[in-house]
Amino acid sequence: MRDVALTVTVNGERLTRTVEARRTLADFLRDDLSLTGTHLGCEHGVCGACTVLLNGDAVRSCLMFAVQAAGAEVRTIEGLSERDGSLTPIQAAFQAEHGLQCGYCTPGFVVSVHAFLADHPNPSDEEIRDALSGNLCRCTGYQGIIAAVKRAASNGSSS
Amino acid sequence: MKPAPFDYHSPGELTEAIALLQRHQDDAKVLAGGQSLIPLLSLRLSRFEHLIDLRAIEELRGVTAIDGSVRVGAMTTQADVARSEAAAAVPLLAKATSHIGHHQIRNRGTLGGSLAHADPAAEYPAAALVVDASLEVAGPTGRRRIPADEFFVSTWVTAMEPDEILTGAYFPVWSGSCGWAVEELARRAGDFAMCGAACGVQLDGQRLARVALALFGVGNAPMRARTAETALAGVAVADLDLPDIGAEVAAGLDPPDDIHASGKQRRSMAKVLVSRVLATAIKEASHA
Repeated sequence: MRDVALTVTVNGERLTRTVEARRTLADFLRDDLSLTGTHLGCEHGVCGACTVLLNGDAVRSCLMFAVQAAGAEVRTIEGLSERDGSLTPIQAAFQAEHGLQCGYCTPGFVVSVHAFLADHPNPSDEEIRDALSGNLCRCTGYQGIIAAVKRAASNGSSS
Repeated sequence: MKPAPFDYHSPGELTEAIALLQRHQDDAKVLAGGQSLIPLLSLRLSRFEHLIDLRAIEELRGVTAIDGSVRVGAMTTQADVARSEAAAAVPLLAKATSHIGHHQIRNRGTLGGSLAHADPAAEYPAAALVVDASLEVAGPTGRRRIPADEFFVSTWVTAMEPDEILTGAYFPVWSGSCGWAVEELARRAGDFAMCGAACGVQLDGQRLARVALALFGVGNAPMRARTAETALAGVAVADLDLPDIGAEVAAGLDPPDDIHASGKQRRSMAKVLVSRVLATAIKEASHA
C-alpha cells in the first residue's frame, strides 16, 4: 500500500488518481495536477505559502498527505478566480493596497484570507493580524496586506 | 523534504487499528491530524514503515457531555473543540485552543494528536493537567483511563503502551463561580511557548475555594504548582499578593536552556505569567 487510489474533487472537478501514500497534498496539486499556483516555501508547516481550502477550511497542503484528502473538496488559488482569470475582490484588494511584492507568498495569503473573511465578515484589526499570523511574507512588511484585508472586508468581499 | 516511503492504512474500525499496531509494533505510527507527525516525517527526523490513519474511524470524533465531564473524541479537530457548544462547559479548552499554532493548523490538528504527542510546550496537555482530565486509551485487552498527571511522562513520552491508541479525554466540569486563563510567551504568534501558564479558580464569596495551576514549556512535561495551590486555598482575594505568588512558583522551577530561551529567562516569564493567569481567572470568576 505504498501506492493508493485517491478520488478527490479539486476546483470543482472530480478526479481519480493513484498516488504514492507519502505524496503530500501540495506535491500532488503541483506535480500531478500541474496546479502550480500553490507554492511551497518551508515544506514543514511554518510559512503558509501552500495554504489551500479543504472543504472550505484553510489548511497547509504540505502538512497532509494527498490520500488524506480522499472524498474531500479542495480549492486552490486557481479555483478561486473566475475562469477568465479576472481577479477576485480579495485579489483586487491586494493589488490596490500593494499587498504583494515578489508574490511568492501571495497565493497562501489570498487563500487564507478567503477562508478568514468567510467566517469573519467584519473583522477587527486584531483579528486580521491574528488570522494572518500563519503566513509569512519577506517583502511587504505586512502593512499592505493588512490594508488589503481591511479593504476587502469593507467591500463585503467574503468570496 | 519528502517523507520516506511507507505503507498507508486507513482502518474503519478501532479494533482494526489496534490489530495493525500489534502486528507492526515499532514499525508503525498512528496518524491523527498530522500537524506534528508530518513535519517530523518530511524532515526525516522520523521514519516508519506503516502509518495507521485514524481519519475513517467515526467513533473517535465529537464532543459529548457525560457524567459531569466533557468527553472529547481524540480525532476532534482543535477548530471543532473551539467552536463546540458542549466543550464550552470546560472554558479552559477554548482558551487553550486559541494559543495553538494558527487557524490553518487548528483546522487539521486534533485534541488527541496533541495529547498523545505530548510536547512539553503544548497547551492541551497543560489544560488536561489543570482540570485533572482522564485520558481514555484502547488496546488489545480493552479500554482504560489514565489520569492526566500520570499520562505525560516526559518529552514526547506518555504512559500509553505501544499497542494502545488514545481514543478520547474526559474533562471534569467545574461548577459555581469559576474562572480560567491560559497565557504564554512565544517569539512569534503561533510558535511553541517558551513558557506558559494555565489555571482554573473557583471562588466562594470573596475567598479562593479551589485553585489549579500548571506551567508548560518549563521542563520535560507540563507540571502542576501544587504547593502554591494548597497555599492559596481559602485565602481571601483581597489578601493575595500575586507577584509574590508568581515569584514563589518560579523559584521552584528548573527550566531548561535551549535556543529559544535560557532557563533563567523562562523562570522570569513564569513569574509574570503565573501572576497574570491568576489575576485573569479570578476576575472572570468574580463576574461568573
